[in-house]
Amino acid sequence: MVNTAALTGINGLREIRRSPASHLAAALETGSVPGTVVLKEGPFQTMAGVRVDPASEAGSRIASVTGGLPARCGQVAGAEQVSVLWLGPSEFLVVAPEEDHDTLGGDLLGSLTAALGDGPGQVVDLSANRTMFELTGPRARAVLEKGCALDLHPRSFTPGTALATEVGNIPVVLLKTGEESFRLFPRASFADFLGRWLLDAMREFASPEVP
Amino acid sequence: MLLISCPNCGSRDETEFHYGGQAHVPYPENPNDLNDREWAEFLFYRDNTKGAFAERWLHSTGCRQWFNMLRDTVTYDIQAVYPMGAPRPATSTTAPEGATK
Repeated sequence: MVNTAALTGINGLREIRRSPASHLAAALETGSVPGTVVLKEGPFQTMAGVRVDPASEAGSRIASVTGGLPARCGQVAGAEQVSVLWLGPSEFLVVAPEEDHDTLGGDLLGSLTAALGDGPGQVVDLSANRTMFELTGPRARAVLEKGCALDLHPRSFTPGTALATEVGNIPVVLLKTGEESFRLFPRASFADFLGRWLLDAMREFASPEVP
Repeated sequence: MLLISCPNCGSRDETEFHYGGQAHVPYPENPNDLNDREWAEFLFYRDNTKGAFAERWLHSTGCRQWFNMLRDTVTYDIQAVYPMGAPRPATSTTAPEGATK
């Protein structure tokens, strides 16, 4: 039992929080096949849900903070370590490293809120809404293709593309970061199921290939 | 499985979408003037068309936007996808059988 009385402020809770798939950490490690396909849960991220019309004045103010807004489905905008994923014509997910959160000395949410100002739209802190899985390796695409109906071939799904879709019947945002690396953003409550589903899909690559 | 062409996201599986019922059912201009029967008809009575049928769809696991679709209820052929608020596009097919309006 944690002595909550000894904790001061929101940063006092930081040490006892657990990521949604932390209980799977050991299973993810044993289920990964280095050199073929590796699955792990990524670090905490600062995420902000932004709803704003990108053509409006508030939209251009927000774009100047994030380093641009994606114009259509699949596009990822952003500068440096901040990426802005397209969720809808006026809905975006800003993903940034954890230390950009306002409670850790960053100012991502504050600057987004200030940029929106009185304009129509909203900026919501969604950092705890989704977790992040990192799937890498030459067979990562083969694993995803077992449960995702999109065309994941590199000719149509290129690095730096993000699509909101379903993987293993779970709604996720699927971000391709490199030729053989993907990031999956499921909602926290689906992390356990999706983690186990991906482990099951990876099992065949642990055994030698049947000729 | 239908492959539905979302106006924002392109071709996606039917499982990513939700059905929203018949399109172009106008809200009564003056709901207070309606008697119970007319109100019930507005709320619950819908066409049961055999043939081209205008219906609403929501791309719920994609862009979360609504759109209208003209679908043949017999062949499942998708004849048109058009934005909310736009009038129903004319179709080359014959008038749907069993249409009540």
